[in-house]
Amino acid sequence: MKYELVSGFETHIELSTKTKIFCGCTTQFGGEPNTHCCPVCIGLPGTLPVLNKEVVRFAIKAGLAVHGKIAEVAKMDRKNYCYPDLAKAYQISQLYAPLIIGGYIELNNGRRIRLHHIHIEEDAGKLIHRHGDTYVDYNRGGVPLIEIVSEPDIRSIDEAKEYVEKLQQVMRWVGISDCKMQEGSMRCDVNISVRPEGTEAFGTRTEIKNMNSITNIARAMEYEYERQVDLIESGGKVVQETLRFDDVTGTTSSMRSKEDAHDYRYFRDPDLVTIHVPREEVERLRAEMPELPLDKCARYIEDYQIPEKDAALLTKYRNVSEYFDKAIEGVKAPKTVSNFIIGQIFRRAETEADKEVFDVAVSPEQLNGLVKLLDSGKIRNNLAKATLEKMLDSGKDALDFISESDMGGVDDNALLELCKNAIAGNPKAVEDYKNGKVKAIKALVGNVMKNSRGKADAQAAEAKIIELIG
Amino acid sequence: MGIIADIHQKLTDRQVSCTELTKAYLSEIESANGALNAYVCVTADEALQTAAAVDKKIAAGETIGMLEGVPMTLKDNMSTKGIDTTCCSKILTGYKPIYDATVWELLKAQNAVLLGKTNMDEFAMGSSCENSCFGGAMNPFDTNHVAGGSSGGVASAVGGNIAAYGLGSDTGGSIRQPASFCGVVGLKPTYGAVSRYGLIAYGSSLDQIGPITKSVEDAALVFDAIAKPDKRDSTCLGGKGGETFSQLNNDIRGMKIGIAREYLDGVRDDVKEAVLNAAKVYESLGAEIVYFDLPILQYALPVYYIIACAEASSNLGRYDGIRYGFKAAHYTGTHDMICRTRSEGFGEEVKRRILLGTYVLSAGYYDAYYKKATDLRGTIIKAFNDAFAHCDVILAPTVPMTAFEKGHATSDPVETYLTDICTVPVNIAGLPGVSIPCGFNDKGMPIGMQLIGKSFDEATILNAAYQYQQAAPEQFQDTKWGVKL
Repeated sequence: MKYELVSGFETHIELSTKTKIFCGCTTQFGGEPNTHCCPVCIGLPGTLPVLNKEVVRFAIKAGLAVHGKIAEVAKMDRKNYCYPDLAKAYQISQLYAPLIIGGYIELNNGRRIRLHHIHIEEDAGKLIHRHGDTYVDYNRGGVPLIEIVSEPDIRSIDEAKEYVEKLQQVMRWVGISDCKMQEGSMRCDVNISVRPEGTEAFGTRTEIKNMNSITNIARAMEYEYERQVDLIESGGKVVQETLRFDDVTGTTSSMRSKEDAHDYRYFRDPDLVTIHVPREEVERLRAEMPELPLDKCARYIEDYQIPEKDAALLTKYRNVSEYFDKAIEGVKAPKTVSNFIIGQIFRRAETEADKEVFDVAVSPEQLNGLVKLLDSGKIRNNLAKATLEKMLDSGKDALDFISESDMGGVDDNALLELCKNAIAGNPKAVEDYKNGKVKAIKALVGNVMKNSRGKADAQAAEAKIIELIG
Repeated sequence: MGIIADIHQKLTDRQVSCTELTKAYLSEIESANGALNAYVCVTADEALQTAAAVDKKIAAGETIGMLEGVPMTLKDNMSTKGIDTTCCSKILTGYKPIYDATVWELLKAQNAVLLGKTNMDEFAMGSSCENSCFGGAMNPFDTNHVAGGSSGGVASAVGGNIAAYGLGSDTGGSIRQPASFCGVVGLKPTYGAVSRYGLIAYGSSLDQIGPITKSVEDAALVFDAIAKPDKRDSTCLGGKGGETFSQLNNDIRGMKIGIAREYLDGVRDDVKEAVLNAAKVYESLGAEIVYFDLPILQYALPVYYIIACAEASSNLGRYDGIRYGFKAAHYTGTHDMICRTRSEGFGEEVKRRILLGTYVLSAGYYDAYYKKATDLRGTIIKAFNDAFAHCDVILAPTVPMTAFEKGHATSDPVETYLTDICTVPVNIAGLPGVSIPCGFNDKGMPIGMQLIGKSFDEATILNAAYQYQQAAPEQFQDTKWGVKL
């Protein structure tokens, strides 16, 4: 029997507000242990939380980015559990009235992964185990998080990967988080179950906690899918439990069963007042939102005839797309700009992180200037390419490398003259070509290019030479 | 004239220096505290330092504020930087906060002279002050009787003249009940009038800080000083009703004073009589007494104990021995350390309420208890709103009886919970209530009555209380203890 995978994600994303959710401490990653702390975020007796409004705005942006409904009234609740990294023994979160309801992430295959809700909450501190002792660092305690809870709409590991990538892309795009999985600013809990293909009823699910890379998500899901299928095939039953993934062995193991599940005793936090979200504020934030990556990608394909794959590359990071948008202003074929970016400029951005930052020596205005020279026919493509390399090396303008005499192109008469000279000066090559060595033509074209200082159109030259000697 | 104004005048007239006055209080604390057990920590050095600063100002001819140089005390659940703040619990042994509660910041800025921290039921849970890890505070009228609770230490110190005034906290009656027992004035402000920042939480949606004083005008002065909005407490709006001190002399002729019959049910005869006599005094002052029914009050006690315990079970989760306070001496591993620290560090009553609160929030019980209680809370708030359509203030006993004898309260916890019947409705509804003395029983123990007002209408209840105080000064009697000005 074939089994279908069913999965839903709970994704925690650290918001990149300057200060923590309930106090004025910095949210900066790292720092000496317990230096980004104050009486409030270490939960000293008598302290009270005060909600950082910026957190609400960031969460609303996240909600708008995934087409969620922004609640008019939201409330904060306490989630009670005892763990040394949680200074108050409760986490301030949202259960009964979250800030964002619904929404979705659309995959390339057109399927929409529906979101149940997004809520805001505080992060906990960190335990550090060293020399047989355990220490607590509360620097992360009180850093604002959103938790994005999806419906169990994911049906394959590829969809799961794409879901996480799309979420990461759009959240970075709207500037609410850096979503760095390796630094923990984005973490996923993966709910997974299997069911015989074609059936409706959900199987019993397990939850794999705290996944910190897309590769591990895929590995863990693969392992867990096989494990569940094998279990069912051999007459066993999947037990509802919480699992951890061991990235060394590539296996999952039980953290706690359903019976041992925490009773969080959620209740409304009496220290915080009801959050009222004025519609004008939502509309103001909506107006400030950048065009979302999927919309932009579609527009590039539709309006600029950019190939789908290239459009996706241009819209993977907001900085790249914004660079592109500036560089294409007034140019005839935006595709030329796209080719320069994806072909030459990307070659110099070695990592994905480099592409995301997209700190390029050549400004989009400079690239625009180069492309316009090309558009006007003053220079040819190969000269433009070579010039761009020099520009990337130096940060200088195109005109610093192209002289007056380089421009103006090569007219048909001049080209004929150049070709004739090339033929006359290279009898050996002409001979070779005539004897069937097709490649010999390159030497003749090279001669034309050299004597025209790159201004001639190589293709036209080749055609002309063949016509003359053929 | 209240003590605060009296002291202020003596200081500005240079009849006494602030240092002399402070020394007098400190010396009386030394001699009386053995019997009253009001103070759990005396801050003589800090007090004398502040006093010296005040004397310097006076000597330089600067004007001083009303509260400046007046010796006072704080209940031991208010955070004081560098000064032990224990909630009278073993679990906070040795805890010295690194920040000041907003109320203390406000008073400190006015050069209030802090004499020390006063006794209370552990984490403000109790009605006799005997749940303190330091033993109970005693009643200045008769030290065989308790001072009441939970702010028993403040009431005992003020009644015993070893503090001119003090700040207590009131979650279910913890300011008003000991004030009633000790024959002094206790104001529980509207929820949200005074900042809770730095008040170590018991029931966060019920807790409120307020003054315990010898007279109504003192209560008004202190309330006006601390009822300020606070950015650090989202639930705090400050005293929206405006200054109360200047309104004490308003004419109360025509004021409608309501008596809910349910408040008189099960109240001891001497208490009932004293309250009804007070109603007659009000009639003689031109106020109108109106009787009405408030049947919803029968739910007040269970609603209170469910909500307060639920919040407490969460608020007290942080005492785990890791960061501050007491830590069990012997343990194996983190989990065991937390279990032992809490088992050894908390007293019986605190453990009882943590268990109760944990239970009512548990999966499967939440709807039956906590949710029902919060729903009923809404109904009680509405019932009070409706009542205030017919009257300006509500008059009620503060406690159904007078101060218990030592050891009585701890014998039966449920019976002790019942003594909160008249005080808890005000906390549930978030309303202001002031307790003032209105008589004595046959053993000479004080009886208190409370005036309950509309939300943020402290001015009206203090006005009514002051008019009664002026008309019946014989009910405001002094004790043999402490500083005689």
